[in-house]
Amino acid sequence: MSIDQSTAAKVAKLARIKVEDDALPALASEFNTILGFIEQLNEVDVEGVEPMVSVEPMRLKRRQDEVTDGNQQDKVLANAPDAREGFFAVPKVVE
Amino acid sequence: MSDLNKLGLAEARDALRAGDVTSVELTESCLKAIDDASALNAFVHKTPEIALERAKAADERIKGGDAPSMCGLPIGIKDLFCTKGVPSQAASKILDGFKPEYESTVSQQLADAGAVMLGKLNMDEFAMGSSNETSVYGNAVSPWRRGNDDAQLTPGGSSGGSASAVAADLCLAATGTDTGGSIRQPAAFVGITGIKPTYGRCSRWGIVAFASSLDQAGPMTKNVRDAAIMLETMCGHDSKDSTSAELAVPNFEAMLTGDIKGKKIGIPKEYRMDGMPAEIEKLWSDGADMLKDAGAEIVDISLPHTKYALPAYYVIAPAEASSNLARYDGVRYGRRAQLAQGDGITEMYEKTRAQGFGHEVQRRVMIGTYVLSAGFYDAYYNRARRVRTLIKKDFEDVFAAGIDAILTPATPSASFGLGEMTEADPVQMYLNDVFTVTVNLAGLPGISVPAGLDAQGLPLGLQLIGRPWDEGELLNTAYALESAAGFVAKPNKWW
Repeated sequence: MSIDQSTAAKVAKLARIKVEDDALPALASEFNTILGFIEQLNEVDVEGVEPMVSVEPMRLKRRQDEVTDGNQQDKVLANAPDAREGFFAVPKVVE
Repeated sequence: MSDLNKLGLAEARDALRAGDVTSVELTESCLKAIDDASALNAFVHKTPEIALERAKAADERIKGGDAPSMCGLPIGIKDLFCTKGVPSQAASKILDGFKPEYESTVSQQLADAGAVMLGKLNMDEFAMGSSNETSVYGNAVSPWRRGNDDAQLTPGGSSGGSASAVAADLCLAATGTDTGGSIRQPAAFVGITGIKPTYGRCSRWGIVAFASSLDQAGPMTKNVRDAAIMLETMCGHDSKDSTSAELAVPNFEAMLTGDIKGKKIGIPKEYRMDGMPAEIEKLWSDGADMLKDAGAEIVDISLPHTKYALPAYYVIAPAEASSNLARYDGVRYGRRAQLAQGDGITEMYEKTRAQGFGHEVQRRVMIGTYVLSAGFYDAYYNRARRVRTLIKKDFEDVFAAGIDAILTPATPSASFGLGEMTEADPVQMYLNDVFTVTVNLAGLPGISVPAGLDAQGLPLGLQLIGRPWDEGELLNTAYALESAAGFVAKPNKWW
């Protein structure tokens, strides 16, 4: 499988990373190098093999569904680039 | 006592307990060494006030007589660990200015044991790299040089600052993290010891996530005993990490007997790579001879899917990274891009991530996005996870056949020059992790032990791989190897 410039642009869009049009050919070429390397996996017979979900076969722990934390709005907002009136502020999302 | 910064953890602990030295003296010695070593660019955020405050508290505790092993010992913390009130930015521009309101579990456990944090250490951005050249802080530099050549060498990556700092005696030990070899490869490059424990031994809570099914923290130290001491403090169950194991943590140091009689050490034939330098081939066979002389039985083994570990890793790790790094959106923390008139939220995301992530991180996030995207998920991601199952089974089969540990080279080469790989394609850089990445995929413990020098006078390391949860036995085997190899070389101070 080979990645062309329009696929590279689509991937950048999905990843929400701005890539200028003139950078797309180089990016597509890097993708193809890496994917070419990954293609080796097609040599492996994986028939009947389960995809690994967790490296150690252990069941995730359960706990009571109860509040264990909270009441620290100032701490939650302390590192926000733009926090106003107790909220995270972002550019307008709805007209 | 002079040159206190040159002590290891065990030596310093014993001197503290004997009253020969104070933690404040140890800490001041390290702080001075750090100030003198700006050329190494290892410490990127210094915390001398915190250090001296903790050192004083440690001295009081030691006087009380019941201080734990790590009490009063000055260490460095990789920038990937969130440390309360101290910049923690994973060497990325996108986390510029981020000061966590909380402390990672591992660094908290070290602090609770009385360890003294000297500052934060350089690394590759988001731990993605093998040469510490992707850091927003600039390259960390190895204290080692090729003879009289003054070309700057890489301390390896991603824990390059940790490696450089420990090898140059700027601290007694440091924390690292290892997703594909990021503790063991830099440790090998600078002639120190580094262990990645079994997946689940150390809590990942508060450590900036790269690939959650592979990431583990571990110590980087001047010798195997120090690794045992520090690892014990870092390990343990944590309810805040659902993958952390509810298992008792043994006293690893007490298991260092050096007796490995009758142990079966596997030598995997697939690790004999084409084009492997003769020096590394020799180091490996010398290592096997040393373990044999110490009473172990050397057994040829096969791990047939080894070849597919790196390509599987370069599907799984970027896939998990693309998901983990989705949180950097310029809203809740870190740096938001300057927006133009009329830019909406999508432009904010796209510009913030384009400006905040470096080139390698962008590349991996996009590869991860691609392999997880509709139509390719089965062909890439699920196939890689199936191959991962087979890689783990390779190890399970040899352990079931009675193998206690596996001996391999730690890296396919000695350290290389900073900038030397710039022109190479990304896959060439990825090959650095060819011997270490299998261990992360299988969730096993692995340790890198310095074992010799190459013809240019640079350190080379050997790796031992153990059974799951068997760090104690693994450390003991490493201890026997360390004793036999007798590696004592140190870099000549030029900085």
